[in-house]
Amino acid sequence: MNTGVPLIYFLILAAIMFFAGVYGFLTRRNLITILMSVELILNSVNINFVAYNRYLYPHKLEGFFFSLFVIAVAASEAAVAIAIIINIYRRFTTINVEDVDTMRY
Amino acid sequence: MVTFTYTVWILLIPFLMFILLGLAGHKLKPKLSGLLGTSGLAVITALSYITAYLYFFQTEKIDGAFQKIIAYNATWLQLTDDLHIDIGVLIDPISVMMLIVITTVSFMVHIYSLGYMKGEKGFERYYAFLSLFSFSMLGLVLSTNIFEMYIFWELVGISSYLLIGFYYQKPSAVKASKKAFIVTRFADMGFLIGILILSFNTKTLDFITLTDPAGPAIAQGSGISFMGLSVMTWSMIFVYMGGVGKSAMFPFHIWLPDAMEGPTPVSALIHAATMVVAGVYLVARMFPIYALAAPAALDVVAYVGAFSSLFAAVIACTQTDIKRVLAYSTISQIGYMMLALGVSGYGGHEGLGYMASMFHLFTHAMFKALLFLGAGAIIHAVHSNYMNDMGGLRKYLPITHITFLIACLTISGIPPFSGFFSKDEILAAAFSHNKILFAIEYAVAGITAFYMFRLYFNIFWGEDTRYEHTPHEAPVTMTIPLIVLAIGAAVSGIIPFNKLVTSDSKAFESEIEWGIAVPSVLIGLLGIGIAYIFYGKKSSLPDRLAATFKYTYKWAYNKFYIDEIYLFITKKIIFRYISEPVAWFDRHIVDGTMNAIATVTQAVSFRIRGFQSGQLQKYVYVFISGAILLAVIFIYLWH
Amino acid sequence: MIANQIMFFLFSAVIIVFSILTVTSRKILRAAAYLLFVLVASAGLYFMLNYQFLAAVQLTLYAGGIVVLIIFSILLTSQINQKFEPVEWKKALFSALASIAGAFVTIITILDFKFSATAEAAKEVNMRLVGNSLLSVGKNGYILPFEVISILLLAAMVAAIVIAKKAGPKNPDPQTTKQE
Repeated sequence: MNTGVPLIYFLILAAIMFFAGVYGFLTRRNLITILMSVELILNSVNINFVAYNRYLYPHKLEGFFFSLFVIAVAASEAAVAIAIIINIYRRFTTINVEDVDTMRY
Repeated sequence: MVTFTYTVWILLIPFLMFILLGLAGHKLKPKLSGLLGTSGLAVITALSYITAYLYFFQTEKIDGAFQKIIAYNATWLQLTDDLHIDIGVLIDPISVMMLIVITTVSFMVHIYSLGYMKGEKGFERYYAFLSLFSFSMLGLVLSTNIFEMYIFWELVGISSYLLIGFYYQKPSAVKASKKAFIVTRFADMGFLIGILILSFNTKTLDFITLTDPAGPAIAQGSGISFMGLSVMTWSMIFVYMGGVGKSAMFPFHIWLPDAMEGPTPVSALIHAATMVVAGVYLVARMFPIYALAAPAALDVVAYVGAFSSLFAAVIACTQTDIKRVLAYSTISQIGYMMLALGVSGYGGHEGLGYMASMFHLFTHAMFKALLFLGAGAIIHAVHSNYMNDMGGLRKYLPITHITFLIACLTISGIPPFSGFFSKDEILAAAFSHNKILFAIEYAVAGITAFYMFRLYFNIFWGEDTRYEHTPHEAPVTMTIPLIVLAIGAAVSGIIPFNKLVTSDSKAFESEIEWGIAVPSVLIGLLGIGIAYIFYGKKSSLPDRLAATFKYTYKWAYNKFYIDEIYLFITKKIIFRYISEPVAWFDRHIVDGTMNAIATVTQAVSFRIRGFQSGQLQKYVYVFISGAILLAVIFIYLWH
Repeated sequence: MIANQIMFFLFSAVIIVFSILTVTSRKILRAAAYLLFVLVASAGLYFMLNYQFLAAVQLTLYAGGIVVLIIFSILLTSQINQKFEPVEWKKALFSALASIAGAFVTIITILDFKFSATAEAAKEVNMRLVGNSLLSVGKNGYILPFEVISILLLAAMVAAIVIAKKAGPKNPDPQTTKQE
């Protein structure tokens, strides 16, 4: 299927999005923004799956379903992560990731 | 043809009883668990008597010989194509005879213990252990192969350990149980080595194949020689080492006197009548090999037996603890049996010693169990083990007195009691084989009579010691076994062993040899006479005699310092020159290496623990960089 | 063709710009809004690729569900007006270096690689097919991952409740009481 846009473009877009997420994960200090970075990363992976599916194996639906399941996993991950964040907030009265270092040596 | 498959139950009932009493005993009332154990024993006693009747009188003989019957057999471990370990039941004259001995004595001891152990803490535990012991001892005598026998051999060892240490809160009992276990264990190592040599050379463990006089096993083993003796001889000597340990022969006798720390009925059952004769039984079981393939080993058996019997008899004359006197007397009597086996030949009248040994084993089990149970009744009444605390008891304990007297007469070989017959056969066998051994045994017969009557006169005659409580006769549960065993000890001499239990399972003719019997009775009477002069009335003679032979007396009183020699060897030599260097090596070299590893790890950890900063993002940073680096390496640089 | 290209470049411009804004914005609620834009633009990409169902799921679940969840938790734990302190320059530099290096390596690899498409005819993705595939046990069925996902969702739900629940009065957490 020719949409006029090569596959490579999708992949480059996804790579940029992915590493934007990684940058956010590394620099952000607020746990919720870190969670947002993770969502970015997951979304970029989804774009990859869908693009591969459409361009390389249009007769199958593997990538389609995989991204569907990734969305479901992302949803449950977000729910649990937020629960953990709220619990951390309750215990340390902060959600700054640098202050949560009880597990150091 | 009579089938003996039911004999499996003789093994299973006490085992099940052990499981039941061991697991559920503390939930039952003590009296109920005692009765359960006793009734289990009653059943197997009945089964044993039925077996004996069927075997000796109802089973057809072939060529006039009793057949060895495998009543049950199951292969347990298939080691190689032809070497396998079985679990089974073997019925032959000696195993049937042992069945009678074990179940009778064990049954009597069970009944006796109902009275003797009444109110003791751990009553049901005691009965559980007794059942375990009965199971293992019966398994030992019914084994079809030498390895099965070894397994049960260790099981009797452990049940003996448990029962000696029954009063586990008493330090001396704990020490004695450990001593018994370690010494016999050490001897059993020899037994195991013997089994390995034997099975390696003959490719079988089965008793029937091994002891077949015309079979291949005997021919195979005796062909190869090692250090001047045939391999068969070596293996038989090693096997005999196990017997020496279990039967408390010199030099492994040191555990038996200490084993008297256990409850007295246990001493009667295990350390007088059954377990300690396991060594004799072992030699008898392997007898065709000893007699036909390893005569040198048989000589070892004879001399060890003779020496032990003399040695123990001398010590017995000086001991004051009545149970210890009986313990040394047991060693001495087992020495007799070993000697009889040692001087025996194979087949026909040659096998007189074998028959005499089995005969004496039987009568000894009866009268020695009786002596111990009698001693138990006395201790029960006086609350002391020492002769000095006793005296004049014949008025208070009439039944015990009579039965004890019968036992003493029996062991002294006075007709018409059974000991006379069996001892006469042993002396006759020794006389025809070796005059020196005969002389030793003749002297021991006199010494035996002396120390037994020293015991008797000290306990029942002499001055009436002042007792805190007036001694009273034991309860009926204790006197019945005494009476039963006294009857057994008195009349079992008429059992025609020469028709039933012989070396080649064929009957032969033997008569009392008056030329030997009369002098042996005379020396027995002499011993009794001397004992009467010394101890029948108050007399200073024994003390003066002890003073004259001060050193001899002191040596014998201290058991010839054998225990001290063992202690010296273990503590001063083995511990100091072997164990301590090994311990040093272990502590400094082995542990040092380990400590060094730990120290290095710890030092490195202190250096690098900064990595573990608790900062999530640092971890992720390292992880991401590593992942990118690995990707670069594997995609671009690896080719 | 051209329309497709224009659409793609529009969406990708939105995605790139707002992705970077999401991870650099100093106001948390704005970051969440930017994330929402990114997710909506991704849904547009799915539409473009003719995966309407996936695009719908993306919109409802991601944009609708997760972002709302995130905004709730922001409201619970942060002050909206508060501005984040700027990132330490050292940390930012190194993180940016790592990210750019990673992106560089990835893009180089993608450009190098020869993708080969199959010649088989494309499959029309309609709701009937999706539904049948999800619940089919046959060759192209996804019943097992579907069930696994359903269990995972259940577990996540239970876990979220258990974790976020306040410790009851019966069993007061010593550390919580100390800290609060």
